[in-house]
Amino acid sequence: MVPKPDMLRSALGRVRGLGSAKEGTHHWWQQRLTAVALIPLSIWLIASIVSLSSAGYAGFASWFHNPIHATVMILFLLAVFHHAQLGLQVVIEDYVPNHAARTVCVVAAKFACIALAVSCVVSILVVAFKG
Amino acid sequence: MSTAAKPATTRTLGTRALSRPLSPHLQIYRMPLAAMLSIAGHRATGIGLVLGLLLLTWWLTAAAFGEPAYTTTMAFIGSWFGKFILFGFSFAFYFHLCTGVRHLFWDAGKGFEIPDTQRTNQIVIAAAVMLTLLTWLIV
Repeated sequence: MVPKPDMLRSALGRVRGLGSAKEGTHHWWQQRLTAVALIPLSIWLIASIVSLSSAGYAGFASWFHNPIHATVMILFLLAVFHHAQLGLQVVIEDYVPNHAARTVCVVAAKFACIALAVSCVVSILVVAFKG
Repeated sequence: MSTAAKPATTRTLGTRALSRPLSPHLQIYRMPLAAMLSIAGHRATGIGLVLGLLLLTWWLTAAAFGEPAYTTTMAFIGSWFGKFILFGFSFAFYFHLCTGVRHLFWDAGKGFEIPDTQRTNQIVIAAAVMLTLLTWLIV
């Protein structure tokens, strides 16, 4: 028997139940937020890389001694690794059919992104606070 | 060329001619440019850029370890092979940026019509190529 549609609930009311995943649009929204943040941040990074390409170690160090540069770089790193693990998750979920393998890949991708993000942030802080 | 106007009388199933439209088989289906840009473009460049993040991590951690490690890393990046992959990453980055901005417009409900999509296909490709060349002209 087909259950009766819930006529007394609005479309919005049903969406607010968030479905079986209980997270609704969280993943989608996080991906868009980081995407928008990364437009200026990544262009800033490209400009930094171009200006640091021939500056040597001293130039690199003095660039990140500037607290504004260190802050923007860390903001870029947090946004880019968050964006990367969200994107990797979507691609893995679409192309890895086996459930166990998919879960292992998604978790591995997330752990790897967190590990890389922390090493990058620590590296920037080390350079920023050194001498 | 309009395929919709032409009756599909050439196809047969057994002895019976088929006049209804058939969906193309996966093996002969030519993906539209927008689909190619989405899968080969946005997703593949996204995966490629994750490899770029590995290079970025190497660069930053080397700097944290000190001048000798940084010099070694920069020697690799400055080599012809390093510049070659950096060029690839720069194009992947601009391509992902341009297709990503188009995704944001799609999210806002704009540019969904077929002519709009065909036009933005060209814009995305041209902008990615031009931004890449511009960056390397500055370097």
